[in-house]
Amino acid sequence: MANLKEVKGRITSVISTQQITKAMKMVAAAKLRRSQDRITQMRPFAQKLSSILQNLSSAQGDNSSDAWYSQVREEKKVLIVAISSDRGLCGSFNSNIFKGVLRVIAEKYQSQYDKGNVTILPIGRKAFEFFGKRKVNLVGDYSTLFSNLTFEQAAKAAEFLMTEFQAGRYDKIEIVYNEFKNVATQILRTEQFLPVKPPAQEGKKTSEVDYIYQPDREEIITGLIPKSLKVQLFKGLLDSNASENGARMTAMDKATENAGELLKELKLTYNRTRQAAITKEILEIVAGAEALKSA
Amino acid sequence: MFLEIVTPEKKVFEGDADSATFPGADGSFQILNSHAPLISLLKEGVVEYKVKGAAQQVIITGGVVEVVNNKVILLADGVSA
Repeated sequence: MANLKEVKGRITSVISTQQITKAMKMVAAAKLRRSQDRITQMRPFAQKLSSILQNLSSAQGDNSSDAWYSQVREEKKVLIVAISSDRGLCGSFNSNIFKGVLRVIAEKYQSQYDKGNVTILPIGRKAFEFFGKRKVNLVGDYSTLFSNLTFEQAAKAAEFLMTEFQAGRYDKIEIVYNEFKNVATQILRTEQFLPVKPPAQEGKKTSEVDYIYQPDREEIITGLIPKSLKVQLFKGLLDSNASENGARMTAMDKATENAGELLKELKLTYNRTRQAAITKEILEIVAGAEALKSA
Repeated sequence: MFLEIVTPEKKVFEGDADSATFPGADGSFQILNSHAPLISLLKEGVVEYKVKGAAQQVIITGGVVEVVNNKVILLADGVSA
C-alpha cells in the first residue's frame, strides 16, 4: 500500500493543476465570447461587400477574367497560408492544421513540393515553429499577427499576398485554417485565396437595379476585389481565433474533469491507507494490552 | 433615407439620416433622400451626415458606398471619429 505522505503530496499537486486548468478554461471562455463578438461584428460588412460584388458582376457580361487577380496560371509555385495559434494547450487545434497542410501538399502539390516550389506562410507562433523545423520554404513575418489582431494587420498580410501573386512569385495561394462551428467543433478548411474564383452566378438573373457607377464598373471591381480578399483573410483569422479559444476551453474542461477523477481515486487510496494504519495501530495496542493482562 | 456605416470591426452608425456627403474617388458628392441607385468608390476623407438637422462626421480611410431603394450603405475600411 502506498505511503501516506506520498499520496498526500500527489493530491496537492493534482489540486493545483486542476486550479490552473480551471482558470485557463475561464479565461478561454471569456476570450471566446470576445472573438465570437468580433465575428458577428464583421459579418455585416462581409455580407454587404459580397452582395455589392454580386450585383456588379451580374449587371453585365463578365469580362473581368483578364484582370490580374483572376489569372489562372500553370501551378508551378504554390503558397500555403497556415493559420495556427500562438499558444498550445488547446487540444488537437494546431496539429489539425499541420496535418491539413501536409495533406494538401501530399494530395495536390506533391510534384511541386519535390521540386521545392511549395512555400508556407505561417501565421501564429505554433505554425512558425512547426514548419521551421521542417524542410519547407518559409516566407513572411506574420507569425505574431495574433498578438494584436486588427483588420489593418490582416490587411497588410493580404496586401503582401496580393503583391506576391501579382508579381508572379506564386501561381496559386491557399489558406488552411480552422473554421469556428461551435465551441466544441472546428472544421478544417482549405480555401483558395488567389486566383479569385469568379463569383457563383445564382441563376442568370440580370440585376434588377440600374446602378450609376462612379468612377466606372471595371474600376470599382478592381477596387473591391482587394477589399474582399482582405476581408476573406481577416475572416479566416477571426474564425481561427475563435476556434482556438473554443478548442482550449473544451480541452481545459476535459483536463479539469480528468483531474477531478484522478483526485477521487487518490482520495480513496489516501483514506484507505489512513484507515489501514489506524486499524494496525489499534490492533497493536489491543494486542499489547492483552499481553499485559495475561502476564 | 436609411444610412448604415460599417467597418470590418464594428458598426459605426445605423439609422435615418437627412443627407450624407462622401469623398468620392472623382470628387466629393452629396446624397439626399430618394437618390438613384449608385455604387461609388471612396477615397480617404470626411463623411458628413445629418441626423435630424444635426451634422455628424466620421473620417474614413477609403471605402465604397452603395445606394439602393433609399438605403445608403457605406463600407469603410477604417474609421476614426
